[in-house]
Amino acid sequence: MLVEIKNLRIGFESRTGLTEAVRGVSLTLGTEKLGIVGESGSGKSLTARALMKLLPKQARIAADTLAFDGIDILTADERRMRQIRGRRAGFILQDPKYSLNPVKTIGSQVAEAWRTHKGGSRREAMEAAIALLEQVKIRDPRAVATSYPHEVSGGMGQRVMIAMMLAPDPELLIADEPTSALDATVQAEILRLIEELVSERGMGLLLISHDLPLVSHFCDRVAVMYAGRVMEELKASELLSARHPYTKGLIDCMPSLSHPRARLPVLTRDPEWLA
Amino acid sequence: MTRRIKSFSAMLGSVILTLLGLTVITFLIGRVMPVDPVIAAVGDNAPEDVIVRVRAEMGLDQPLPVQFLHYLGQLAHGDLGMSVLTKNPVTQDIARVFPATFELATAALLLAALIGIPLGVWAAVRQGSLTDQAIRVVCLAGHSVPVFMLALISLLVFYSALGIAPGPGRQDIIYDGMIDPVTGILTIDTLLAGDLDAFRDALAHMAQPVVILAYFSMAYIARMTRAFMIDALKGEFVITARAKGLSLSTVIWGHAFPTVAVQLVTVLALTYAGLLEGAVVTETVFSWPGIGQYLTASLMNADMNPVIGATLLIGIIYVGLNLVADLLYRLLDPRVQ
Repeated sequence: MLVEIKNLRIGFESRTGLTEAVRGVSLTLGTEKLGIVGESGSGKSLTARALMKLLPKQARIAADTLAFDGIDILTADERRMRQIRGRRAGFILQDPKYSLNPVKTIGSQVAEAWRTHKGGSRREAMEAAIALLEQVKIRDPRAVATSYPHEVSGGMGQRVMIAMMLAPDPELLIADEPTSALDATVQAEILRLIEELVSERGMGLLLISHDLPLVSHFCDRVAVMYAGRVMEELKASELLSARHPYTKGLIDCMPSLSHPRARLPVLTRDPEWLA
Repeated sequence: MTRRIKSFSAMLGSVILTLLGLTVITFLIGRVMPVDPVIAAVGDNAPEDVIVRVRAEMGLDQPLPVQFLHYLGQLAHGDLGMSVLTKNPVTQDIARVFPATFELATAALLLAALIGIPLGVWAAVRQGSLTDQAIRVVCLAGHSVPVFMLALISLLVFYSALGIAPGPGRQDIIYDGMIDPVTGILTIDTLLAGDLDAFRDALAHMAQPVVILAYFSMAYIARMTRAFMIDALKGEFVITARAKGLSLSTVIWGHAFPTVAVQLVTVLALTYAGLLEGAVVTETVFSWPGIGQYLTASLMNADMNPVIGATLLIGIIYVGLNLVADLLYRLLDPRVQ
């Protein structure tokens, strides 16, 4: 198993006490595509960040198991984590406008990711970066390498992000809503690109999204999260015929083009789900 | 290219307008002051005809606009008038006193930046920790204890009691007049003269005022750096950098720090301008013959030509440093067009 999470709990200490944001999540992931869906605040992103140990300092984290390829993340020190981050697991963030460094050229940012894990000279790293930019289907990689993030479009920025995270050939790619900041037409392109690269390289993918049809179309398995827990886990192809009332509720709340309704239903939340 | 020329000439135009405005205001303040520069020059008991004659000699019997145009005409020839107090042309006086301030200010700024910036970054990274608290206390003290008090205590302890620091002034009396003033910057002039003892003496004399000025500036620089860095470290790109597997020091200095460079340049430029305009109090306590002392002495004696001249110089320094900062922005941040 590439990723093994058992009973993961993440809380935040505050003056009023501990607020739990993730309350006992269990997931496993091999060389496959796992989607995590759920509302905002359901703990999807925190779960992913916990796996990379990139949670804010105030976060309190506990689990029976939190392992990447057998390495215990909970006890791993910063040095150990740096051998996982980037090298073995890439992490794509939501909006390239904020997730790329604004004052460094695109080329140098991609080259840095390559050189950190593969060594070599600056020139070799830059050549590798240009090759990577080409792999993510950027048309004029040399020109793009010398530009700054604010000079390229959102879709292009996300391609750069993908190139950067694939630079050291990781085994796992975590994508935290990689397309929510993009235009609908660009979204499909970026997803297709991620899918291609992931299957080409035989990587595991953890895709976080709140776009149900997208996940059902794109992933092998889906975990549905609500209020810091996994409500159900099922095959992606069966997502739209799910049985859990929460998943059904989510699907019901999607506006449809073919069957327009005057009013969308309000999502019902049963406290018993959390019992 | 033409766009660049256009923006450059626009910049030059605004600089000239700023300086002209500064001249008008300083000139007017000098003329409406309730002190008569003529009486200040000739004394209370001068006979009436002397007062009238001197008033005419100084051009003060003319209407204000004529006086101002006359002054501008002089200014265009690089003539700032004569100082009544020193009986020298003001330009000559400034050439003598400004290097002393320049030397002090530059050394203080370098020291303040070299300590303040890393301290601020460190405090930001350790936000909320004991280190952060300690740095906060040190900075708060530096910013709130009056400079004259620190200066007097320093003289009392290091000069008077312990005897390990030299007293006030720029150099020991035995070197007085021994060093050819090539640049007016004593540490450079002594080296040019090849006199290492005099160089050491000049450094020793600088130590106390530089450290005290640097402490004050360092406190400000560190606090601002801390605030900028706390903001930068919250950025998503910091998560990206860490997710790439970079070391913490690369994330901090290679990714977060470059994004605050522009803000820091502004802080440094303002701090430097503040130091260059003459730390009046520090210069007084340490008898440092700089522009702050010159300006104060002239003001006390209603000697307006040096006051206007020195003010103009300070204005030029401000505008100049702003221009330099502006050019640095373009170099440091690709988002600035």
